[in-house]
Amino acid sequence: MTSGRMELVCPAGTPATLRAAVQAGADAVYCGFRDETNARNFPGLNFSGEELAEGVRFAHDHGSKVLVAINTFARVNDVDLWKKAADTAAECGANAIIAADIAVLDHVAKNHKQVRLHLSVQAAAATPEAIGFYATSFGIRRVVLPRVLSIQEIAALNRAIEVETEAFVFGGLCVMIEGRCYLSSYATGKSPNLNGVCSPPEMVSYDDEPNSTAARLSGFTIDRYEPGEPVGYPTLCKGKFKAGGKTSYLFEDPVSLNAGGMIAGLKAAGVTALKIEGRQRGKGYVTEVVRAFRKAVDAVEQGGDAIEIDRILAGQSEGSRQTAGAYSKKWR
Amino acid sequence: MSAIALTLGPVFFHWSPDRLLDFYRRIADEAPIDRVHVGEVICGKRMPFSDSAWPEIIERLERAGKEVVLSTLAAPATVRERRSIADLCTDERLVEINDVTALPSRSGKPFVTGPFLNVYNEASARFLIQRGATTICPPVELSLAAVGAMAGACPEAEFEIFVFGRLPLALSGRCYHARIHGLHKDSCQFTCERDPDGLAVDTLDDQQFLTINGVQTLSNQVQAFCPAPADLTSRGVRRIRLSPHTCDMVEVAKTYRALADGREDPKAARFILSCLDLPGTLVDGYAHGKPGWQAAPSI
Repeated sequence: MTSGRMELVCPAGTPATLRAAVQAGADAVYCGFRDETNARNFPGLNFSGEELAEGVRFAHDHGSKVLVAINTFARVNDVDLWKKAADTAAECGANAIIAADIAVLDHVAKNHKQVRLHLSVQAAAATPEAIGFYATSFGIRRVVLPRVLSIQEIAALNRAIEVETEAFVFGGLCVMIEGRCYLSSYATGKSPNLNGVCSPPEMVSYDDEPNSTAARLSGFTIDRYEPGEPVGYPTLCKGKFKAGGKTSYLFEDPVSLNAGGMIAGLKAAGVTALKIEGRQRGKGYVTEVVRAFRKAVDAVEQGGDAIEIDRILAGQSEGSRQTAGAYSKKWR
Repeated sequence: MSAIALTLGPVFFHWSPDRLLDFYRRIADEAPIDRVHVGEVICGKRMPFSDSAWPEIIERLERAGKEVVLSTLAAPATVRERRSIADLCTDERLVEINDVTALPSRSGKPFVTGPFLNVYNEASARFLIQRGATTICPPVELSLAAVGAMAGACPEAEFEIFVFGRLPLALSGRCYHARIHGLHKDSCQFTCERDPDGLAVDTLDDQQFLTINGVQTLSNQVQAFCPAPADLTSRGVRRIRLSPHTCDMVEVAKTYRALADGREDPKAARFILSCLDLPGTLVDGYAHGKPGWQAAPSI
C-alpha cells in the first residue's frame, strides 16, 4: 500500500522509556493506561492520563506520534472503563488508538473521528475479508498483522486491502495466534484477553529440587534447569513438555523474534510500519534497540545491502536465541 | 418443550470420512440433541478428506429431525479456505462463524458465533446480533456469570455455553503435530489423524496438562460442567454445547438431556460422565470464574 518511508513503531512502557524511544529515533511510540484495558497490564508499567498528555506533548515536540493501545476485550457490564480509556487517549491528543474489541472500535469510530484507529494484533485479522470488515465497519486505517503470515502472504494481502499494515520485527514472540489464546487463563485464571497479562508473575515459582530448579506456573512445571544453567521465565508456550514419547520445547523454543534481516523484504511486501515489542523493557534496552533499528531502517531506505543491515543489528540478541518466526514459511 | 436446548459442536479432530459417517449416523438415530454442527473448523488442509462425507451426514441428520449448522474455519488463510467460507455462507442453513473473515459474506443472514470468535461483552454481542447473530457461544474462558450477564443484556439472541469436551484453548500458524514428527505444516503428512482425541501433552513432572490437535491446542482435562437447570435459565442461558470425542457421545448427550430436564441432579450427571471412557479428568473451573483446569469441589 505504501511507497513512502517505513515508520518505526517503538514500545513505551513508562514515561521515561517514551522519552528514550523518541530520542533514539522512533517515528511513533505505543503505550497504554495503567489498568486492564491494555495487553501489557504489569505492575510498575503504563501511564496515567496526565502522564499520557505529557508524553504526547513531548513526542509531538520531537516529531514523533503516540499510539495508545486499548487492546484487551472489554469486560461485560464494565465496557465504560474501556470507553473512558479511549476518551482519555483522544483528549490527550493521541495520534491513534490501537484496539481489538468490536465494542471499543465501535465507540472510537462513532465518537472520536479525528483519531486514527489501528486494528490490534489481538484482533487476529489475517484475511482481506476480515480486514475489510473492520475497515468498512469502523474505518480502521492500519492493521497490526497477526504473526502467522509469511512475507509472501503479507505481500499478497497488501495487494488485496486498502489499509496500512504494521509488522512485528523484534522482541517477544507469541507462538499462538494472539487474541485467540486462553492457555494462560486455563493455568492461572488470568489471560491476555481478560486481564492484559500472560503467565502472570504472581503465579510463578522457582522451586529448588535436588540437582535442579523447576520453573512452575500455577503449579504446572514449565521447565527445569540444571545447577548453573540460566533460569528462564516460565511462559507457557515456551515450556518443555512431554508428548508422543518425546520431551521437547513442543510449541516453541525459548527464542525471541528478530526479523531485522527481513526489513527490506517487508518493505517490498508493502508494509507501512515496523513494530518493536517490549513495553515491559527498561530505558537502556529501548534506547539501544530503537537506535539500532533506526539505523537499519534508514539504511534499507537508502538501499543498503543485507550485509550492512546485519552489521548494524549485530549485538541485538542479548545472547538469547532468535527466530524470524512465521515470516519464513519453514517456521510452521 | 425443553427450556434448555442441546448443541453438538463441530468435531475438532481429523477423523476419517468413515468415522465421521458412523459417528453422525449414531447421533442422528440415538442422541437427544436438537442442533448438530458439521464441518471442519481447525485445519483447511483436512477439508479434501471429509468434504465428500458431509452431504450424506447432513441428509441423515436432517432426516432424523436435527437442525444442522454449517461450521466454518477458525483460522482461514489460503484462497481456497477463504472461498470455502464464502460458499458456506450462502447456504440457507444456519452457519457458524469462527473468524471475522466470514462476517461480510453472512451479514444480514442468521448465524451462530462460535467459541473462536471474541465476544466478551454485551456491546460486541449487540453489534453482531444487529448483523444477524442469533446464537452466541462465547469463548470458553468466560464464566457462566459473564455469559449470563451478556444474555441478560441481549435477550434477543440465544446464548450458549460450552459444557462438555476438551477445551479449545489456542490456535497457531504452526502445526504441532507436524513439528513433533519433525515435519513442517506445508508437508505435514496428516499425522494428526493418528490421535482422534488429540495428542496428550504432559509436563516434565508428568502432570496432565494440554492436548495438541494440528494447529490447535486444547486442554488435556475434559470440561464437564454440570449446572442445575435453574443456574442456566435464571441467567437466560438457553443452550449448552457438547464437543465431540471418541467416547460414547450418545451417553453424554443423554446425560446432559436428563440434567437439563431435571431428571438427574448435577452430582449424578457428573458421576455418569466420570464412568465413561473420557480422554482426561473432569474440570469446570472456567464456568465458575476460576482457572480452567480446576474442578469444583464435588457437588
